[in-house]
Amino acid sequence: MSENNVMAEPFIKVENLSKFFELNRKQTLKAVNDISFEIYKGETVGLVGESGCGKSTTGRCLVNLYEPTSGKIYYKGKDTSQFTKQEKQAFTGDVQMIFQNPYSSLNPRMTVKEIVAQGMKYHGNYSKTEIDCRIEQLLEKVGLGVEHMSRFAHEFSGGQRQRIGIARALSVNPEFIVCDEPISALDVSIQAQVINMLKKLQHDMGLTYLFIAHDLSVVKYISDRVIVMYLGTIVEEAPVEELYKNPAHPYTKVLLSAIPVANPIKAKANKRIKVSGEIPSPINSKPGCQFAERCPYAVDHCFNEAPPRKEISKDHFVACHVY
Amino acid sequence: MSEKILELNNVVFSFKTYAGLVHAVRGVSFEVRKGEILGIVGESGCGKSVTAQSILRLNPEPPGFFEGGEILFKGQDIIKMNNKQLRNIRGKDIGFIFQDPMTSLNPTMRVGEQIEEVFIGTGTPKAEVRLKALNIMRLVGINDPERRFMQYPHELSGGMKQRIMIAIALVSRPSLIICDEPTTSLDVTIEAQILDLLLELREKLGTSIIMITHDLGVIARLCDRVVVMYGGKVAEQGTSEDIFFDTAHPYTSGLLKSIARLDMERNQVLTPIEGTPPDLFAPPKGCPFAARCEYAMSVCCEYEPSKTTLTEEHSTYCWLQHDLAPEVNLIVEKREA
Ligand SMILES: Nc1ncnc2c1ncn2[C@@H]1O[C@H](COP(=O)(O)OP(=O)(O)OP(=O)(O)O)[C@@H](O)[C@H]1O
Ligand SMILES: Nc1ncnc2c1ncn2[C@@H]1O[C@H](COP(=O)(O)OP(=O)(O)O)[C@@H](O)[C@H]1O
Ligand code: SF4
Ligand code: SF4
Ligand SMILES: [Mg+2]
Ligand SMILES: [Mg+2]
Repeated sequence: MSENNVMAEPFIKVENLSKFFELNRKQTLKAVNDISFEIYKGETVGLVGESGCGKSTTGRCLVNLYEPTSGKIYYKGKDTSQFTKQEKQAFTGDVQMIFQNPYSSLNPRMTVKEIVAQGMKYHGNYSKTEIDCRIEQLLEKVGLGVEHMSRFAHEFSGGQRQRIGIARALSVNPEFIVCDEPISALDVSIQAQVINMLKKLQHDMGLTYLFIAHDLSVVKYISDRVIVMYLGTIVEEAPVEELYKNPAHPYTKVLLSAIPVANPIKAKANKRIKVSGEIPSPINSKPGCQFAERCPYAVDHCFNEAPPRKEISKDHFVACHVY
Repeated sequence: MSEKILELNNVVFSFKTYAGLVHAVRGVSFEVRKGEILGIVGESGCGKSVTAQSILRLNPEPPGFFEGGEILFKGQDIIKMNNKQLRNIRGKDIGFIFQDPMTSLNPTMRVGEQIEEVFIGTGTPKAEVRLKALNIMRLVGINDPERRFMQYPHELSGGMKQRIMIAIALVSRPSLIICDEPTTSLDVTIEAQILDLLLELREKLGTSIIMITHDLGVIARLCDRVVVMYGGKVAEQGTSEDIFFDTAHPYTSGLLKSIARLDMERNQVLTPIEGTPPDLFAPPKGCPFAARCEYAMSVCCEYEPSKTTLTEEHSTYCWLQHDLAPEVNLIVEKREA
């Protein structure tokens, strides 16, 4: 791995990625529709957008849980669809995913030790004592004790289960982790515990994250760059400070103004940008800008032609006809 | 101060289970006034829902039962009411909206009929009932109510279902609506629409609202007064501004310090509350927050703190208010921008 050409070569490069689900002969659901972006080593890219916009599907394509319908994913410069068997095996260890729901993503009938050891048996030649020793270290890293090793997943609270899921992801020494809403099912006081832990692990182990969330405050806190999705498409992408200071896409502006601020004076004074209607269905989606139906600035043009991606300032990309 | 419509006095509610008694609500007192929005905030399992459901006697009884207290609605004790009396207020004078609209709507019944259901047996003429249903659908922002009336819940989006739930809660013009995390499963833009709608209804109809949530942003946006609950008890209560700007309980401070905010500096750290909430099978004998509180003193683990009244509206249950306790700064949020 070449640390010195970090900026030259993206760690992960996604090119025109699409994932469609054929629901039946007449209906196609375009969960992800022609998106491109890059992730560099050691950074955290936040991926935000409302339910069903394709965040998890994107994440699942990146860790090879879904086969893309079209488009390419390059890992360290190599096309993942052209991987040899060995490369593929190594790749499935290098990239890991932490799931949205800590309650359903762990088998309740397995002990913590069995859950964490699962991946290690598959990736790498560890002896039994090595596995035990590693599990101990991993549990300590995520703030759990040896005494938890032989207990069952269902005996743990949500926050603890999410820690177990993180230990499982770390067990195979990954370089890249897709964190799919790792905290949204947790209580606020516990959310901060898990976020701080993810930040520390990244710092200690040089991890790269794609951090999926619908909570824009948390994304702001953890990310270096942020990608905003709407109905299967990327509408905006920018470094975190820039995105929150100068949001450009009408949808990003709506999302930011909709967040309830935890300060009664500001919250009551806050004039949010109103949009009517709900997110349309991604089934048999229409041509043109996906946000057009709800966009206060939409003109005829928007309904017919998909807006191209444009760089409006350094590293700040927007897909909207206004720009 | 406007007139009280609901008053809980020292309500104690428990569940009998095989493993023993779950002490879900352990002496909760608060009031709701006419036309106000009262927030109840706290982590999951701290007793918010059981408290709210006890107001309508919706907790299963048995295994649940009242160990004590009174719940006065317009002066009458709900705990002493029989089923007939309860039926007369449930859904009529007190409406309720739950977290998951999917499980609270009947999947086999048209949504319009579900709105009309509350009038069954009241002798209201059919045409009048239909008119009321359509009007209320319009009021909660459903365009084309005639068409929507005929649809089934699975044909509607999450936000639309939640509007139907609100329409059901409102159609009989209740004086109080209890909302238990009504926006938790919704997206932020839809949540914002629903919160605006609740504010508008209070404005137009003068309805009182109890808003249960774990989201301090929702509390700040909506509520006039706030009850902070922890471990089956009230930790602090006061106006929204008291709770956010003159915080007087370490648990409230802890919540405020642990949330990520948009206006946060990049290098600022989130401070989690370490540990987890107490087990309500065997609640600790002193202050329920003692095991996680950074200011806990030996007295906290032994004796329950009593209520300290700070101002007419603002009170807290914490030993730090005692004359002999050290001076600590609990304020997290600054009043001015
Ligand atoms: N295996 C599948 N078969 C059919 N449709 C699917 C499948 N997986 C996802 N979808 C659909 O693809 C769209 C995008 O789903 P995805 O899970 O990526 O959304 P998301 O952005 O992660 O949403 P959330 O915030 O709710 O997690 C949705 O309409 C979803 O119903
Ligand atoms: N039907 C029941 N039987 C036994 N325990 C219950 C029941 N309903 C709620 N509880 C318990 O009561 C406590 C408070 O629950 P709840 O009011 O639902 O919390 P919150 O709404 O604050 O998340 C929890 O410990 C919960 O497990
Ligand atoms: S392209 Fe048109 S419809 Fe889409 S966001 Fe821009 S202005 Fe609105
Ligand atoms: S009573 Fe003691 S333990 Fe409880 S909140 Fe106050 S200082 Fe903390
Ligand atoms: Mg998802
Ligand atoms: Mg609840």
